[in-house]
Amino acid sequence: MSVLAEVPLAPNPVEAFIRSERIPHVWCPGCGIGTTVNCFSRALLQSRLNLERVVVVSGIGCTGRVAGYLQLTSFHTTHGRAIPFATGLKVANPELTVVVYSGDGDLVSIGGNHFIHAARRNQDLKVICVNNFTYGMTGGQVTPTTPLSAISSTTPYGCFEEPFNLPFLAESAGATYVARWTSYHVRQLTHAMGEMLRKKGFSFLEIISGCPTLYGRRNRLGDGLDEMKYFKDKSVVQHGANTKEAGIGFQGPIVVGKFVDIERPVFLEQMNQQLARTLDAQYAGCVGDYVPS
Amino acid sequence: MDSKAKVLAVRQGRYCVQADPAGVLTGTHFLDGDQACCEGALAAGCRFAAGYPITPSTEIVERFAQRAPLVGGIFLQMEDELASSIAIAGAVWAGAKAFTVTSGPGFSLMMEHIGFAVMTETPLVIVDVQRGGPSTGLPTLPGQADMMQARWGSHGDYEIIALSPNSPQECFDLTIDAFNLAEQYRVPVFLMMDECVGHMTEKVVIPPPGEIEIVPRRYTSLPPSQYLPYRADAHGVPEMVRAGDGYPIHITGLTHDERGYPATNYQAQEQLVRRLINKIRQHTDEIVRYEETTLDDAEIVVVAYGITARVAMQAVQMARERGIAAGLLRPIVVWPFLEKRLRELANQARAFVVAEINCGQIVQEVERAVSGRAPVVLVPGAGGAVHHPEEILEAILTHASTREVLR
Amino acid sequence: MTDEPNQMSKGTGVAEKAKRIRGIVYINLNRCKGCGFCIAFCPPGVLVFSEQFNAQGYHPPRLADAEGCTGCDLCGLYCPDFAIYAVMTHKNGQQGKSPGGSTGEVLRAS
Repeated sequence: MSVLAEVPLAPNPVEAFIRSERIPHVWCPGCGIGTTVNCFSRALLQSRLNLERVVVVSGIGCTGRVAGYLQLTSFHTTHGRAIPFATGLKVANPELTVVVYSGDGDLVSIGGNHFIHAARRNQDLKVICVNNFTYGMTGGQVTPTTPLSAISSTTPYGCFEEPFNLPFLAESAGATYVARWTSYHVRQLTHAMGEMLRKKGFSFLEIISGCPTLYGRRNRLGDGLDEMKYFKDKSVVQHGANTKEAGIGFQGPIVVGKFVDIERPVFLEQMNQQLARTLDAQYAGCVGDYVPS
Repeated sequence: MDSKAKVLAVRQGRYCVQADPAGVLTGTHFLDGDQACCEGALAAGCRFAAGYPITPSTEIVERFAQRAPLVGGIFLQMEDELASSIAIAGAVWAGAKAFTVTSGPGFSLMMEHIGFAVMTETPLVIVDVQRGGPSTGLPTLPGQADMMQARWGSHGDYEIIALSPNSPQECFDLTIDAFNLAEQYRVPVFLMMDECVGHMTEKVVIPPPGEIEIVPRRYTSLPPSQYLPYRADAHGVPEMVRAGDGYPIHITGLTHDERGYPATNYQAQEQLVRRLINKIRQHTDEIVRYEETTLDDAEIVVVAYGITARVAMQAVQMARERGIAAGLLRPIVVWPFLEKRLRELANQARAFVVAEINCGQIVQEVERAVSGRAPVVLVPGAGGAVHHPEEILEAILTHASTREVLR
Repeated sequence: MTDEPNQMSKGTGVAEKAKRIRGIVYINLNRCKGCGFCIAFCPPGVLVFSEQFNAQGYHPPRLADAEGCTGCDLCGLYCPDFAIYAVMTHKNGQQGKSPGGSTGEVLRAS
C-alpha cells in the first residue's frame, strides 16, 4: 500500500468526521448534501467541542442519510421524527450537543408539527435543513417547499400549492437563530453552523441545495453545477431581512443571510426555574444549565 | 457528586439493581390501576416519560408529572403520540429508562415507533389502557381489542412482549416486570391494561426498595474500537452504549449489520430479523407467565385476561357450585403466547371457553394451540362493558359433560 | 473500485518547484463523481477535467497549473464526494496548515 503513504500529514478535514468505509455515499453526482457535510465537519472542527458529546439525528430521505456517514454518535430515525427523538436525547442528557440534520420533506412536511413545537418550546437543538425542493429518495415528488409552477413527479403540470417559507415559519414558531444559505455559500455555511453549535436554543439553518437528478432534470435546470450557478447568481445577501419576505419563487431570487439571532430561555431553563420556584427544596434538582440555588 | 451530576445519574438509572428509594412509595395504598402503574414505573427506575393526553390513560402521566420532579425525573407532554413514542426512544439512548402511556387511538399512532424500537433494539415500555374502538370509539369505557394490534400492529415481522394486569396491584407489579423484560431482551414491552383495571381502586402494597429487583441496562465493557452495537450474545441480545459515552455508533431503522450500518440485502435481513424474532421465541418458556385456578381436574378451561379474568373467575366458581369441573387459565404474559400450556391442557379438557372484550382475538391463538383437539368457544364483547358472569357460565354449561343432569 | 482504491494524485512537480508553490491539492480519484464543482469554483482556476475515467466512470479533476494553487481548500469545501482538498505550503515547500481547520487534529478526549 505504498500509495497510502502519500496521504498527507494534514488530511482532508472532513475525513475525521466521516465513516470512510462507507464512501462512496448514495448521493447523486452534483448533489449538494455532501458539500454541506464538508461545511459541517469544518464547523465542528473549529468549534473545539468534545465530539463524544455531539450527536447527530436524521430522519428519512437523502439528507436523512447524513447521520449514517458521520463518524459521530448518530441516529437515523423514522420519517419526520428526528426532532422528537432529539428532544428525548437532549432532555434526558442536557450535556449532549444535539444536531438534527434532515431534508425539507422530512422536517417540514411529515415532521412539520414537531418542528414548530420544538421551536415553540425553544428546545436546545441545532436543526439543519437541506432544502432541495423535492423528495429525492422516492423519486422527486412535490414537497411543502416546492416553488409554485415547478414540475415534480406528482405535480406533472406544475406545482399549484403555496410553499412554506422556512425562515418565516421557524421565526414565527419561536426559533432563536434562523439563517439561510445555499450549498454554493460554503464559507458562510461553515460560519453559520459554527454559530449554531455555540448558540443555546432552537437554531435553524436552511440550506438551499440542488437535486440535479430529479428536481433539476424535471425542471430543465441543467446539472448540479448549473443549479450551483443559479444559487451564486440569484442569491441576495440580506442579513436581518424580514423573514416574511424571504419566500422563494421558481428560479427566482434567494434571500440569504442570518435573519434571527435572539436570546430566549431554553426549555430546560424554563422547566427548572418553574419547578424550583414552585417546589422549592422539594425539587429533586435539574441537569440543565439553570441550577436552582 | 454534585447535585447536577446526581440528578443526571438518577435520570439515567446508572446504578440501580435495586429500586431507587426516592421513587418507591413503600407501604399500603389505595390506588387505581393508572396510579399504580405510574408508581410501578418510578419504582422500576423510570425517570423519563413522554405522553399525550388520552382517556382512560391520562391519570398515569398526570401522576408522573406530579411525582417526577420530586425524584429526579422528567415528564414531557409532547405534541402527539408519534412524538411521545419516539422521544422516549431518544431518552433511552441517552441512558434513561423511559415509557409512554396511551389508549387505542394513540396506540395506533405509535405503531411506527414500535417497529423502530424493535429494529434498533431500544428497550422501552408502552402502556395501553384499552378502551372501546375502532377509531375514537368509547373513550371512557373498557375494551380488550388492541391485543392483536400490540402483537402485529407495526409492519414487518417481529416479536414483542405484552403483559396484562387484572388489578391495581398487578398494574404496579407488572409495570416493573415490563421494564425489566425490556432491558433483558432489548425489546419494547407493552402493558395491556383496560379502562376497568385502570380506573378501579384497590389496595396496592408497595414493597421496600430492597425487595424490588431491577434489571439494569447492560452496557458494554468493550472499548469503542472493539464494540459492535449489534453483535449479540448467546441469548441473541447485544450490549448497549449511551450517547455521550464516546462510542461513535450509528443506529438506524434500516436493516443493518453488526456495525449498525445499513445493509439492505437479503443476507443481512435474514440474519437480523431472525435474531430479533428468535431472541424472544427461544426464550418463550422463561417469559411466559400465567395463573391457574382449579385447573387440575378441569374439563372446561376458561381462558381470560385483564378485567375479564375477574369476571371469568366468578363464572368458574358458579360452575363449580353446580358440580362442573371448570378452571381458569389467566395469561399474565399474553405475548409471547402460552401455547405449550394450552397444548397440555388440550389433553384433558373437554372444551375451552375464551372470554375477552373483543370479537375474537386471543381466541384465535387458543384455537391454534388446541389444534382441533377440543372445541374452543368465544364469549365475545364488542367493548363498552365487561361480561356478565352468566354469559361465561352459559358457555361453560353448554360444553360440560354433566349439563343434562343439571338442567 | 480499482486495484488502488485510495489512490491519491498529488500536484505535479512539488519538489522541484517547491519555492513557488503555495498550495498542494490532493485528489482521491475514485471517489470523484465528476460534478465539476471544484473546477468551476476554484478561485485561481487551476483545475480541469482529466481525460481519464476513474473506476466509477467519471472524469475526475486534474491540476493544470501546479503553481497556481493557493491551497485555499475551497475545492475541499465544495466537493460533495470528499474526493479533493488542498493545503497551503510554507515558504520552504513543506506542507502547512489546511485552511479548513488548523492541523486536522480532532478533539475526541472526554
